[in-house]
Amino acid sequence: MPRDGPFEPRIQVRLVGCHECDAVVEEPFVPDGGSAICGRCGGTLFRRQRQTVEITLALSISGAILFVVANVYPFLAFELQGQVAQTTLRSGVSALWGQGQYAVAGLVLVTTILAPACQLALLLFVLAPIQFKWRSRGGIRVFRWLGRIRAWSMMEVFLIGILVALVKLSDMADIVPGLALWAFALLIPILAGALVFLDAELVWRELEAVE
Amino acid sequence: MTASVLPAGMAHAQCHACSLVMTIPEEARESRLGCSRCGTVVHRRKPNSLSRTMALLLAAVICYVPANVYPIMAITSFGKVQSDTIFSGVIYLFVHGMWPLALIVFVASIIVPTMKLIGLTALVISIRRRSQWRPQERARLYRTIETVGRWSMVDVYVVTILVALVHLGSIASVEAQTGAFFFGAVVVLTLLAAQSFDPRLIWDSIEDNDE
Repeated sequence: MPRDGPFEPRIQVRLVGCHECDAVVEEPFVPDGGSAICGRCGGTLFRRQRQTVEITLALSISGAILFVVANVYPFLAFELQGQVAQTTLRSGVSALWGQGQYAVAGLVLVTTILAPACQLALLLFVLAPIQFKWRSRGGIRVFRWLGRIRAWSMMEVFLIGILVALVKLSDMADIVPGLALWAFALLIPILAGALVFLDAELVWRELEAVE
Repeated sequence: MTASVLPAGMAHAQCHACSLVMTIPEEARESRLGCSRCGTVVHRRKPNSLSRTMALLLAAVICYVPANVYPIMAITSFGKVQSDTIFSGVIYLFVHGMWPLALIVFVASIIVPTMKLIGLTALVISIRRRSQWRPQERARLYRTIETVGRWSMVDVYVVTILVALVHLGSIASVEAQTGAFFFGAVVVLTLLAAQSFDPRLIWDSIEDNDE
C-alpha cells in the first residue's frame, strides 16, 4: 500500500541530482575546493569545501557584527544650506511608509533588513553547534530555509542603489558617507564569501549524524 | 570534473530544500512523500510549474506598462518639481557623464526586466510545444534570468534612499510615486515567476524522445 511519510534511499552509492536538468549521477570524487559539473546541461552540481563549517561560521560572525553596525549608524548624511539630514536603513523604510508606499516599504524592509538578518541568524544557529559540538535540536528544520531566504536578500543591490543616489544628489548638496556605509561595503563580500564557502551537503551530513 | 549521467527512466526525486536524491519505490509514486533527511515535501517536478509561471508573468506584463509610464519619484528642489520615470533616470545619468553607472542602471532597470519577461515567456512556450531545440542554451538562459533578476531592485533602492535623505521641505524633498509601486511589483512578480519555473521541464521532452 502507498504510505505517506519519509522513506529511505535504497542505493548505497551517494547519488547527486543536477539542480538544472534533474539528471541523476553517482557522486564523483571532487578534491577540496573543486566543483562537479553536470555532464548533460553544464550546470554546477556541487562544490566541495572541506573546512566549510569553520570558514562559514567565522565569516557569519563577522557578518553579524557588521550587520549591527550597518543598521545602527547612519549610512549617508545630506547637507544643504546648513541643514543636515541623516539616514539609516530603517529611516528609509519608515519614510516610504510615511508617504503611503506601504508595499514598497515592505519590500525594502524584507530585502535589505529581514532577509539578511534571517540569513545570518540561520547560519549561526546551524553552524555554531556543529563547530563547538553543542547539543542542539532544530538544525535540520531551520537549515532547509536557507535557499529560500537567500533569494530575497539583496544587500549588494542596495549598495549599487546607494552609489546611484550619491551621483543624483552630488550636484544638489554635500553628501557625507557615514559609518554604516563602510560596514555595508564590508558586509557584502563577507556574506557572499560565507555562502561561497558553505558546502551545504557536508553540513546536511553533519546534521543528519547529530539528530 | 564532469559527472556522467545515469540512464533516464529510473524513479528518482530530489529534495528542493536539501538536495538529497531519493529513489522512489514503485508503489509510492502517487503519494505525498516527505524528504527522508529534512522532511520537506518532495516533488519530482515543481507542482503546476507552467501555469504558475504564466500567471505570474501575465501579472508582471500588466504592471510593466504603468511601471514605465508613471514617474517613480518627484524631486522638489528650490520650489521646482521634476518627475523621474525609470527611463528618464537613466538618461539623467548618461547626460551627467556617469557612463559606468548609467550602464548598470540601464541594464538593471530596462534590459533585465524586459529580458526576463521575454525570456521566461519563450521558455514556457518552448516547453508547451515540447521543443527539442538547444536544451543547453535554454537551460543557460534560465540560469541567467535567475541570477540577474535581483539587480532590477536598484531603482527601488534609489527611490528609498532619496526619500529618506532629502526631506527639507520646499528647499529639497523627494516623494515616491505610483511608478515605484508598479516597478517593485514587476520585480517581485518576475522573481516569483522565475522561482516557480522548473528548468527540468526543458529536459523532459528530450528524455521522452530518447526512449
